[in-house]
Amino acid sequence: MCRIGAIKSKEFFHPSAALHLMLPQQEGHDNSGFAMVMQDLAGVFSKHKDKPLLSLACTQKGAKLVEDYMEANDFRQLAEWIPRGVKNVKLDIKAMPYYIFRNYDYPEYYRDASEEAKGELLLDTRLALRELLEKQEQGYVYSFWPDVLTLKEIGDPWDIATYFKLWDNNGDLMAKNVVVQCRQNTNYDIVRYAAHPFFLQGYTLCANGENTFYTKNKEYQKSLHRGYIGFESDSQNFLYTLHYVLQELKWPIKYYKHVITPLPFNELSLRSDGAELRAIRQSLGSLEINGPNTVIGMLPNGNIITCCDSKKLRPVVVGGDGTMVAIASEVCGLNAILPHRNQEQDVYPNEREVVIINDALEVERWKQ
Amino acid sequence: METIKTQDITVNDLPWKIECKPDRCTMCGSCVAACTFQAIMPAVERRSITVSTGHRPEPSQKHSAVLTIKQRNNIENACTGCGMCEKICPNQAIKPVRNPDSRFSLLARKGGSPIKRGGRTSLNSGRTLDNIIVGRISQMTDPALDSERHTFDILAPFGRVLMPHELPLSVVNGTLNLTAKLPPVNWIYPIIFSDMSIGALSTRAWEAVALATAYLNEKHNMPVRMSSGEGGMPVKLLESEQLKYMILQIASGHFGWNRIVKAIPKMKVDPAGVLIKIGQGAKPGDGGLLPAAKVADHVQAIRGVPKADLMSPPNHQGLYSIEESVQKMFLSMNAAFKFRVPVAIKCAASATSVSVYNNLLRDPYRICGGFFLDGIQGGTGAANEISLDHTGHPVVSKTRECYLSAVKQGRQGQIPLWAGGGIGLTGNAAADAFKVICLGANGVFLGKILIQLLGCVGNEHGRCNACNTGKCPAGICTQDPRLVERLDIDKGAQNIVEYMLALDSELRKLMAPIGNSSLPVGRSDALVTTDQAIAEKLAIQYVC
Ligand code: SF4
Ligand code: SF4
Ligand code: SF4
Repeated sequence: MCRIGAIKSKEFFHPSAALHLMLPQQEGHDNSGFAMVMQDLAGVFSKHKDKPLLSLACTQKGAKLVEDYMEANDFRQLAEWIPRGVKNVKLDIKAMPYYIFRNYDYPEYYRDASEEAKGELLLDTRLALRELLEKQEQGYVYSFWPDVLTLKEIGDPWDIATYFKLWDNNGDLMAKNVVVQCRQNTNYDIVRYAAHPFFLQGYTLCANGENTFYTKNKEYQKSLHRGYIGFESDSQNFLYTLHYVLQELKWPIKYYKHVITPLPFNELSLRSDGAELRAIRQSLGSLEINGPNTVIGMLPNGNIITCCDSKKLRPVVVGGDGTMVAIASEVCGLNAILPHRNQEQDVYPNEREVVIINDALEVERWKQ
Repeated sequence: METIKTQDITVNDLPWKIECKPDRCTMCGSCVAACTFQAIMPAVERRSITVSTGHRPEPSQKHSAVLTIKQRNNIENACTGCGMCEKICPNQAIKPVRNPDSRFSLLARKGGSPIKRGGRTSLNSGRTLDNIIVGRISQMTDPALDSERHTFDILAPFGRVLMPHELPLSVVNGTLNLTAKLPPVNWIYPIIFSDMSIGALSTRAWEAVALATAYLNEKHNMPVRMSSGEGGMPVKLLESEQLKYMILQIASGHFGWNRIVKAIPKMKVDPAGVLIKIGQGAKPGDGGLLPAAKVADHVQAIRGVPKADLMSPPNHQGLYSIEESVQKMFLSMNAAFKFRVPVAIKCAASATSVSVYNNLLRDPYRICGGFFLDGIQGGTGAANEISLDHTGHPVVSKTRECYLSAVKQGRQGQIPLWAGGGIGLTGNAAADAFKVICLGANGVFLGKILIQLLGCVGNEHGRCNACNTGKCPAGICTQDPRLVERLDIDKGAQNIVEYMLALDSELRKLMAPIGNSSLPVGRSDALVTTDQAIAEKLAIQYVC
């Protein structure tokens, strides 16, 4: 099993908080990787929050390929954070030669474009870079979006943090929202693209569990959107469905749960919105998930959601103290970073529940 | 001594030979009375017996005339192996034995006419599905469900499903509202009792199936639907509440449709659907045939026809293209029920099925509510044997191809796929259904197995299959009132109900280990096969 978590705070915090959230849960993962997506950044990137930030890991040749591509497509570099890895043979990390986190300004002719058009451009650019790097096996591009940074690596989470100097807080890298995962890799070869969280046009998602409708979901999603690619992990299905329901269909968030874990038909017929829910279940049957799962998602507006599958439930708990709310697979993670919170107010979402945390850190829960 | 006339037909030329043990036979005559084919008769044989009655052996030879049961040696009365004589004999004195040296196929085209029979193809009884195993068993990471404890949503759509972005939904105060009517979709049990007409079946047999359908719905909450078959149904049923369990069929003969149309104003409820039959899996392209022998009074009444051979043309009259069928048939059927009843189409599986399915998927009217693919192993009441054995197309790969073709276009699930023709051929319909569903079907339809549950003894090895003769020994495929009496409606319906209840549990037994509580439509990853060619063709995992 993986362990997943998220932190949302009113104040900027350092990513070491995410490590402190995850490390106590170590027994549940096999220390084979660490990954996080940070949103709403401060530090190096604070001046360019409206400009897209590219996160990638690559070889020297890969870096050159990316530079050339970006230049050819009129993206102008604004700011950069290149972690100089701690070279230490004892560290358990399969490091890539280069990690690049770089802010760009939009191409000139896009500066006045609508947000939507910019969103499409950023996606197309990331997909093009991915293809470029993949073809020549020169690296991995994780996200390209304003105010979003993704860091992923294979190895022991503690050592990865040491390598990236995530233990020392020098103020370079701060955020208000983080979604994080430590992995237990059961199903797949260790592939960087298979590591959660996954990101697409402002939507971040990680999941703990196994989606046994992977084939069904994948076969359907493949033709829904050009951004639904890879499928290295069955949890990408959750992200693509989240993106499809919210971004493409533009349905309210509560319908996400109705799509992935629809109510049984006999319950639908008892509800006043039964006709709508039935129509949704009917038309989106291929996006139903199955298997034990817990999902944590982060939306473009910074809201963080969590919910589970409808039968088998992987555990997840939400707790907070007024300035910070955290979600974790196990309560020991919360205890590590929020020891003084009122534990009685911790929320353990049930199989029909969705929990949303907004910017005011209000924890909203509603039943499907 | 007689000279041998080699052209004479003898019992040894026939497909079945009767074995009668004179020492056990009491000459009660029951077998002769029971044999609907007059294949046996009482006869007198001259016997020589050696007897010795005294204290010491004093053998003497006696000649006597004894009564015995003798098999008729002509083609018309050839024993079909139905076994009714054996069933009825109180002394286990008689039974049919398959004759491996039969010359029947050479002799039976007498008079220049093709061999006719019912049943299924005998030459193509290979079973792809038996080479497929449900191989993805949930273990550590995804616990299996408990087939007894968990609730399962075992339902399939009948009706046209829209793409998500086509749904007429608008957001009002954070809630989605339907702003227009959707095409009708009924969620029904993934197994349909498939179209066998009154005419092909005896009224009693048809009623037994209808009774089982109603019972499953009302007593066991299993929304099983039954397709009427071509030729309509009794007015009483058309005007009853139970009509909601029925799918009305219209086939190329358009038999019985008048009566249905006339009954529409008096219908209390809508039928579950309309099924337009373009073709069938058994003897595709051969059209339907109801021999005059089976056109009894009530069949004439229901269909509105005189007593004559009733031929359904192999194609709908005036049906030159798929487009035309979509426009005319569907529109008129839809309109007849004011767009409240889903209309589906049934075709024989064929090399061209995928293009037909694609055309329907792309049809801008979006009114085709189901694609029923019928494979070569489907049963029929009457056919030319040449069509039955040598034409048709297996349904498994074709269903898979149709599904994958829809996947390619992102349109899977829009026109539900229903597969039939050989489902349950070995008696295990749950396993067959489950595997076909994993390959992409939404549900399956059964026909032959239902009449087998009613007592049909026919099989793919040449047993009985005399459904075309009007002499069905089980009282199923006949309109002869004396034969029909043989069928106990209640017992027959009970057999079907019990089979379906077992099937329902068995489906759960397959859904539970793969951890799914709703039907695993298209979950080909749950299947593996030990046959490399099947693995390749169906795009499932090869294992050994
Ligand atoms: S097996 Fe059937 S057809 Fe043959 S003799 Fe017996 S009853 Fe007649
Ligand atoms: S039913 Fe049995 S006992 Fe009676 S005549 Fe036939 S073979 Fe003989
Ligand atoms: S028992 Fe009746 S239905 Fe069955 S094969 Fe024989 S004739 Fe046909």
